[in-house]
Amino acid sequence: MSELLQLLTPEGQRLHHPDYDVDISGEELRGLYRDMVLVRRLDTEAHALQRQGELGLWPPLLGQEAAQIGAGRALRPDDYAFPTYREHGVAWTRGVDPVSLLALFRGVTNGGYDPADHGFALPTIVIGDQTLHAVGYAMGVQRDAGLDSPPGSGVISFFGDGASSQGDVNEAFVWAAVNNAPVVFFCQNNQWAISQPLSRQTRIPLYRRAEGFGFPGLRVDGNDVLAVLAITRAALDRARRGDGPSLIEAYTYRMGAHTTSDDPTRYRVETELEQWRLKDPIERVRAYLLRTGAGDRAFMDEVDQQADDMAARLRQACRDLPDPAPDAMFAHVYAEPQDLVQQEQRWWREYLGADHG
Amino acid sequence: MGEPVTLAAALNQALHDAMDDDPKVLVMGEDVGRLGGVFRVTEGLHAKHTDARVIDTPLSESGIVGAAIGLAMRGYRPVCEIQFDGFVFPAFDQITTQLAKMHARSDGATRLPVTIRIPYGGGIGAVEHHSESPEAYFAHTAGLRIVTCSHARDGYQMLRQAITCDDPVIFLEPKRRYWDKAELGDVGEGLFQSRVVRAGGDVTVVCYGPMVRTCLEVAGLAHEEDGLSLEVIDLRSLSPLDLGPVFDSVARTGRAIVVHEAPVFGGLGAEIASRISEKCFFSLEAPVLRVGAPHAPYPPSKLEHHYLPDVDRILDAVDTVRGM
Repeated sequence: MSELLQLLTPEGQRLHHPDYDVDISGEELRGLYRDMVLVRRLDTEAHALQRQGELGLWPPLLGQEAAQIGAGRALRPDDYAFPTYREHGVAWTRGVDPVSLLALFRGVTNGGYDPADHGFALPTIVIGDQTLHAVGYAMGVQRDAGLDSPPGSGVISFFGDGASSQGDVNEAFVWAAVNNAPVVFFCQNNQWAISQPLSRQTRIPLYRRAEGFGFPGLRVDGNDVLAVLAITRAALDRARRGDGPSLIEAYTYRMGAHTTSDDPTRYRVETELEQWRLKDPIERVRAYLLRTGAGDRAFMDEVDQQADDMAARLRQACRDLPDPAPDAMFAHVYAEPQDLVQQEQRWWREYLGADHG
Repeated sequence: MGEPVTLAAALNQALHDAMDDDPKVLVMGEDVGRLGGVFRVTEGLHAKHTDARVIDTPLSESGIVGAAIGLAMRGYRPVCEIQFDGFVFPAFDQITTQLAKMHARSDGATRLPVTIRIPYGGGIGAVEHHSESPEAYFAHTAGLRIVTCSHARDGYQMLRQAITCDDPVIFLEPKRRYWDKAELGDVGEGLFQSRVVRAGGDVTVVCYGPMVRTCLEVAGLAHEEDGLSLEVIDLRSLSPLDLGPVFDSVARTGRAIVVHEAPVFGGLGAEIASRISEKCFFSLEAPVLRVGAPHAPYPPSKLEHHYLPDVDRILDAVDTVRGM
């Protein structure tokens, strides 16, 4: 049997698996399709906005829609997710307004939303740091439930193949294991850490690292939204039951650049992209919907129209984002008043007010 | 008031009381549970509160702070122990890039009331990495608050206050003073206020943590031997700095020295001296001098008495500023 869990082939053939499967309605399936089309459009629009000078930077998710939507839709409202800076699709599933993400990459905020409102932490840019936050949060969930009771809700931490080399990620594995923390480590192995291929990070498949830490590791076709949904649901259920952490390696591909500042033609070849284009996460769901009749052309046209409308709204909302006030940088340095910050803010206001404003 | 207790015992009492008062307070770190900490500051907490609230962590400093951040996001108030000053650097990233910045990053939405206790400073004959004074690294980072106590009475109150603070606090404990005794009792100052610990009119001596006792000894000697009156100020808070009492003092004395165990170059003394120069320029009769460690790694313990400021070196600085 293949090491790679797959429930929907690139050609749109439905497979079944004895341990991991989803019983999914036509409506749910159309929902997943809609999610993926919309976040791809969000991503495309943001990319364009960057090229037009409206954003400083954008890290595209192109190619990773199934991994993110599948994982995001496995979460319940009381679960909590810790993302990197590329989890626009997961943000979408957590109800974060995409304009907040644009605001971050436009440079008007370093955050953009209240994590507690969405069960979705702010994007972490320093690679791998958030995995430890996720474990700590999960230890809090355990304590809220009582250490002898099932935690009841789960925590998921996103990271990438590059992050798997970070000390913090490995520490997070240790902490999760010895505390039996209700956390799912969700690694989107998109094959590239900027210019470095997977072979620079590991000599064994990433999912097998879990065994050495003492919890299950599973590999899933990251371009198969059904398989990702199934396996993430199972891992989260395991966490909620009190059976501890697991590692999911979603095997996928970063179809775009690392960010809009990157030029991947310097380090990878077009034939690789051609191969992965054949495994597109959206096309296989479209084929499956059409073939089974769960979705028709009219539905797909409607989703495309929704995407157009959303893109227009995002574009306008992005341009309308006001620049922060010059002294906004002082506003939240501390939760409680702090003398130095207050002094410097006063000085700044007077300086700008004099004749430099 | 009551019987004098050691600084270590006062800190231990503070942790007991803080945990009794607020069920969200957790204690976590290496060997803090069953052992009670290598300095016994967490003695008895695990017996009372079990693994639910006193967490013996993996040997993983970045993990301690990273997990504390997650626990704080869930509504807890973790009090972390870093076993020794020189072991905090594996956690430096989590402290400076995550703990310090989360509140600003979230535009005020996320508070991280995490206290990080660190025994710091030298003078106990330890091996390398057990005697350092890393305060300047942290003071340079906005979003952190850094405080240090100099005796048991402050230790108790300041730790209680640090734990209730809604900002991250680095709580530096002068390990060579752990066994000094003082009576517990009310302390007038807030957590971020400095204190004049000995009034005088000739030279202002600014110090904190382990150097407070040393500077008081200097003041006593200077008075006995030379009839000099030194004003000694314990900063207590290193970020923010409360320099009002220092400026008032220098306005009277015209002379100031700043004393710390940390290396002089790029240390807090530089910041303090600069601010004294800005505020008190026309009162100064001499440049502000700094007394601290040389620009060298903390030496083998047989040399540490040369490395650390002592009574003689501080008296020498007093003589120098008086001779100008």
